[in-house]
Amino acid sequence: MTERKQTMMDGNEAASYVAYRTNEVIAIYPITPSSNMGENADAWAAEGRKNIWGLTPSVREMQSEGGAAGAVHGTLQTGSLTTTFTASQGLLLMIPNMFKIAGEQTSTVFHIAARAVATHALSIFGDHSDVMATRSCGWGMLFANSVQEVMDFALVSQAVTLRARVPFLHVFDGFRTSHEVQKVEPLADETLRALIEPELVRAHRERALTPDRPVMRGTAQNPDVFFQAREAGNPFYLATPGIVQETFDRLAALTGRQYRLFDYVGHPEAERVVVLMGSGCEAAEEAVAALVARGERVGLLKVRLYRPFSAEHLLAAIPRTARSVAVLDRTKEPGAAGEPLYQDVLTAVGENLLEEVPRFAAPPRVVGGRYGLASKEFTPAMAKAVFDELKKATPKNHFTVGINDDVTHTSLDFDPTFSTESAEGVRALFWGLGADGTVGANKNTIKIIGEETANYAQGYFVYDSKKSGAMTVSHLRFGPHPIKSTYLVTSANFVAVHQFNFVERYDVLRAAEEGATFLLNSPYPREEVWDRLPRVVQQQIIDKRLRFYSINAYDVAKQAGMGTRINTIMQTCFFAISGVLPRDEAIEKIKESIRKTYGKRGEPVVRQNYAAVDAALAHLSEVQVPARATSTLDRLAAVSADAPDFVRHVTAEILSGRGDELPVSALPADGTFPTATARWEKRNIALEVPAWEPDLCIECGKCVMVCPHSCIRAKIYDEAELAGAPEAFKHSPSKFRELPDKRYTIQVGVEDCTGCRLCVEVCPAKDKSQSARKALNMTEQLPLREQERANWDFFLGLPDIRKNGAMKFDSVKNVQLLQPLFEFSGACAGCGETPYVRLLTQLFGDRALIANATGCSSIYGGNLPTTPYTVNREGRGPAWSNSLFEDNAEFGLGMRMALDQQNLYARELVGRLRAEIGEALAEGLLNADQSDDCGLSAQRELVSALKAKLKDNFDREARDLLSVADALVKKSVWIVGGDGWAYDIGFGGLDHVIASGANVNILVLDTEVYSNTGGQASKATPLGAVAKFAAGGKTTAKKDLGLMATKYGGVYVAQVAMGASDTQTVKALLEAEAHEGPSLVIAYSQCIAHGIDIAKGMHHQKLAVESGYWPLYRFNPARAGEGQNPFQLDSGDPRIPLQDYIYTEARYRMLQQSDPAVAKFLLGRAQEAVNTKWRQYKRMAEAEKEMGAEGKSAKG
Amino acid sequence: MDLKTSYLGLKLKNPVVASASPLSNTLDGIRRLEDAGAAGVVMYSLFEEQIYLESLALSDYLDRGAYSTAETFGYFPEMRGYNNVGPEGYLKLIHDAKMAVQVPIIGSLNGTTPGGWIEYARLIEEAGADALELNVYFIPANPYVTGAAVERRYLEILRDVKGSVSIPVAMKLSPYFSSIGDVSRRLADEGADALVFFNRFYQPDFDLEKLEVEPRLVLSRSHELRLPLCWVAILYGELLTDFAVTSGVHTYEDVLKSLMAGAKVAMMASELLQKGVGRVAEILREIEEWMERNEYESVMQMIGSMSRSNVADPAAFERANYMKMLASYQKSGG
Repeated sequence: MTERKQTMMDGNEAASYVAYRTNEVIAIYPITPSSNMGENADAWAAEGRKNIWGLTPSVREMQSEGGAAGAVHGTLQTGSLTTTFTASQGLLLMIPNMFKIAGEQTSTVFHIAARAVATHALSIFGDHSDVMATRSCGWGMLFANSVQEVMDFALVSQAVTLRARVPFLHVFDGFRTSHEVQKVEPLADETLRALIEPELVRAHRERALTPDRPVMRGTAQNPDVFFQAREAGNPFYLATPGIVQETFDRLAALTGRQYRLFDYVGHPEAERVVVLMGSGCEAAEEAVAALVARGERVGLLKVRLYRPFSAEHLLAAIPRTARSVAVLDRTKEPGAAGEPLYQDVLTAVGENLLEEVPRFAAPPRVVGGRYGLASKEFTPAMAKAVFDELKKATPKNHFTVGINDDVTHTSLDFDPTFSTESAEGVRALFWGLGADGTVGANKNTIKIIGEETANYAQGYFVYDSKKSGAMTVSHLRFGPHPIKSTYLVTSANFVAVHQFNFVERYDVLRAAEEGATFLLNSPYPREEVWDRLPRVVQQQIIDKRLRFYSINAYDVAKQAGMGTRINTIMQTCFFAISGVLPRDEAIEKIKESIRKTYGKRGEPVVRQNYAAVDAALAHLSEVQVPARATSTLDRLAAVSADAPDFVRHVTAEILSGRGDELPVSALPADGTFPTATARWEKRNIALEVPAWEPDLCIECGKCVMVCPHSCIRAKIYDEAELAGAPEAFKHSPSKFRELPDKRYTIQVGVEDCTGCRLCVEVCPAKDKSQSARKALNMTEQLPLREQERANWDFFLGLPDIRKNGAMKFDSVKNVQLLQPLFEFSGACAGCGETPYVRLLTQLFGDRALIANATGCSSIYGGNLPTTPYTVNREGRGPAWSNSLFEDNAEFGLGMRMALDQQNLYARELVGRLRAEIGEALAEGLLNADQSDDCGLSAQRELVSALKAKLKDNFDREARDLLSVADALVKKSVWIVGGDGWAYDIGFGGLDHVIASGANVNILVLDTEVYSNTGGQASKATPLGAVAKFAAGGKTTAKKDLGLMATKYGGVYVAQVAMGASDTQTVKALLEAEAHEGPSLVIAYSQCIAHGIDIAKGMHHQKLAVESGYWPLYRFNPARAGEGQNPFQLDSGDPRIPLQDYIYTEARYRMLQQSDPAVAKFLLGRAQEAVNTKWRQYKRMAEAEKEMGAEGKSAKG
Repeated sequence: MDLKTSYLGLKLKNPVVASASPLSNTLDGIRRLEDAGAAGVVMYSLFEEQIYLESLALSDYLDRGAYSTAETFGYFPEMRGYNNVGPEGYLKLIHDAKMAVQVPIIGSLNGTTPGGWIEYARLIEEAGADALELNVYFIPANPYVTGAAVERRYLEILRDVKGSVSIPVAMKLSPYFSSIGDVSRRLADEGADALVFFNRFYQPDFDLEKLEVEPRLVLSRSHELRLPLCWVAILYGELLTDFAVTSGVHTYEDVLKSLMAGAKVAMMASELLQKGVGRVAEILREIEEWMERNEYESVMQMIGSMSRSNVADPAAFERANYMKMLASYQKSGG
């Protein structure tokens, strides 16, 4: 037998590998964790890779998963082999088409990286709630438990669906399998061809709709025949299990890997059996092996084919000796008799009891339990807990495992020290920062070991939910035997910590086993490192007898010109001291891998990394571990002791990495969380922060305006407020004419700053004698930290400016004195979206409801642990919610309708209770002018007076009025989302909402790609830009969403870019909110996916406007009423050619660098599109003169 | 009328050569230069530092945000290759130009490291360039770098490149040497096949509104011809190497003067950028007319005719002349 090549890949790659080769058409749409499958297909098609018929599949991105399913249905009906990839809500959007596809007995496979469906919260992580929601569609479901099985089952399901004419979901666990990197044997094309039978492909084609042999499908049927027709498909389902087994057998003959519909492992005469499906089987199998070795009679039944469910095969696979069976579901169906797999197994066992010759002499007791929701760990220890429970005479039913349910007491206790980790090989943990390249380096490492040696390798990567300063933990295993451990490394013989401050904040050595190697990237010299460690860490090192190495990787990286990317350096250190390969061989392999990874980016990158490898070895040293812990340092507290209870007891635990240990009672049952918690998380992630020079500052507020994280703030206040100010607190005379004789301060929250430099770049004030010195300059954070912490606290205590009419808030300078009610989000450093969100909260936050589409803004806005939306001193602030990706406009409209209805009822009740309330107050409440800050403030006071008056009135209507009284104060509904939502998936809803005439405000944060899922093209992506799903450069122009909206006539529309005109941005938001109808503001938002120096984000906005690509305009229907042209063009004629803007961004340059001819062609078309659009806008603006003239003459 | 000349051992149909400029950025541009009559084309410069920075910048942008969140591995699709990041695009253009035009193509290189000079010189030769011009654009901003060290750098670069390629190598010089004659002589001794006078540094400008330094390209003007003219005239006949004049050549008179000073060719860029490549044809016609009017038979006849060694009053090129000129200026001004 020839040696088969084995490759390292993850589950998504394995699925797409087969799907791409065995299909002709692929419809794609991004959704985590399945996006990579679509990305692979798109990239391979762009390269011209072929399927097994020698053709490049046609790959098309759709506007939503619903759209993808529709397109798939169409291609299937027209005879092409078609597939798609999705998960979670995406799969739910496909359900209507899935019913149709199955009802028409159509052959297709959808590959699903199974993920939790959003309920009380969104989760991107893995469980079976999505696929379980599709059970009634009539699809086959084949569950793969490992990456190799994904590869194999992708083929099996494709082969089966062609023969069975039952469509299939090929399911594997999101993240745990879709993202786990494993050593697998790719299926050869001959194997694919052997299983995909040509005559079945032709039969599929022959069933296609064609005018040459016309038939109809999709008829409507009446009560007389629908039912019978529905039953006519039964034979297909009855035959399917047999076809699956037969296909498994054929695969086994070709590959040696034998699968069965239900695979049993364990003691042949097991008394206790666990049934489950998905990746959890692998962990359970380890537990079974360990328990059987101890003499326990236990076994595991892996469900491969879940639908059509073959009770016969299931029962045949469970040993007759079974006394008790636990069925584990990775999903939850509240209110059901039990979770689906449990119910299916119970039904099978129950039905069998009535058979003449039942399978079991004594029927086993069957119990059900839940595990692993949203990628909750499922370990052998948890599996053992289930087996232990089954020993009991009456084991707990409807249990949970893996959590502590102290509310309804469903959970089983488990012993976390029970471990089945193999003693051989390397189990390594790497704590890194997202930005330092740790994960990428580790992927290379496992590729080296998995592909270049006989060892097996496994990699799994855990991220926190921040987009800046995110922590990553890489879990790597290497060893001589296949690795089944589908859980995090719990016992490591190598621990690397790539950021020194992690040892100060997290228990990084918890999983280190005795004698393990500990590698620390430390900014301190070797002789100083020990003393810098917290005492508890020193003690762990001593107690566990760790070998301790350190390196100043940032220093080495800096010298090698690599900035903060320490990946290659730390990877080299790992190979040098882990002993996983002989040192010289390892270094050679690293260098080969560097060439493979970076070679096509140019020789300089390769050389730079080579230099880093060599330098790493020279700077790595072992630290002598003293016999006793000497440090006086403690590990840092996650939050201040002053934080509210919830933050200290729940948020802090999550921040410290102990969220898994929180009991059920700690969590709100309905997903309601307090806002204003981000302020307690002091992340200290910036090495440099801006420092303010009062003598130079002109108090323009631009720095505050652009700050993505609301870390730089301005206040004016009376001199007397300075009493008790810290010595280093800076202030200067204020320059605000409206409020003379005040002091002014710009204060930086250095512990919250991400160091993006946007503020420094935008600062216009320079020292006349030293032009490099501005009013803001980047300065090292560490020496400033203590001092500025005190200054920040003092600053926050200074009074906030009030919206009481003393000052008009219609200019950047003035608006930036207002308290932001959105702060310290987890957005990327230099984010282009968040400054608009912050501005919105400054202007309207105390009366805003925000409906937020899923995407970046919902993640930095609402992903635990902390919440960046906050409150003012009166306790008011934005109320925020995320419904879905596709329905956000409708969701916001719903908010408006509810508010309007409540306002109506409140007004009605004020009228009815006029006598009790008092005439004057009632009149005041009903006739309040709330068009400005003074009016709003006055109305709030009236509402307070009303509440006081009704406080003791227990009349039903009075109580009702109290419950809706706040609706008498005008509320501002903001519908916020990105371009993926507004231009694509949510466009239908957005269109409907702006057509409704309702008073809602829509803010589109336009990054021109699906930023959150990694930069896939949307219809907002510009012509000529490279994006995922547009790997060859986008060939169509950006949709002009704003122009389309103007066509309704009554919609306020503005296009803004604060880097080009912050004044126009402020104006547009104020006008949009003031407009008594729908408004749409489209905001240019620079993004990491643009490939720019993020500090220069505002400059890029300016170039976009100067080139004419992004004209600034406002379309205000109110002006038409005044006889003026509603359309105002706020930016001047293009001053630079388009290329002077776009070629400053990698998203365009990379096409020029990879395919200059195409780039040139697309540039020409893009410039022409800009010219055409500009002329059109100009004409619209020119109409002003005519309309103005008409207006005047009409008036005259 | 015989306009033929030779430069770097290459036979040229006339003495007007296009100097390094954006005109040679594209194959079409090179074709147009040939069509207009240019006898040779010096390609725009391949900057080693630019290749280095572009490669690193590309890599940096591709890696930004990669593997930072669970939702994505990175923000850009994997491209098949980036053939236009390294020297490949430049080399391909040379190769294509050699296929497309008859006139000699002279590569131009600005390196930053010894290895880079050698590697890219070889690649340019392999791509088919007829000769190579070394554009040693170097500003010794460090006040501790001595003049001798700067001169040594020029010599070492020339030595390294000459040792690595077999095509002729021209050295483009800066005018900021204490003794241009000495540097030129040593370069000639080291084997420079030609000396090109002079490199124009694009000194940055200030933006008074923003208080920022900004690069601003200022095209040459005719009066700038004086400096190279003077030095070619002084060194012609003294050194066994070819000369080219490349600053301030705008008119047929400028070309004639350059030749008479001793240059084998006059190189043009600013004039063509401002007024179009058609100027080459006009200037060539005007040269012919002038030669006809003044009864010259060939260009070769006039090369070096006004050099210091061939003029009646060699001292005219020396300092005394400068003193006299100033004196006369003051007189007329007073």
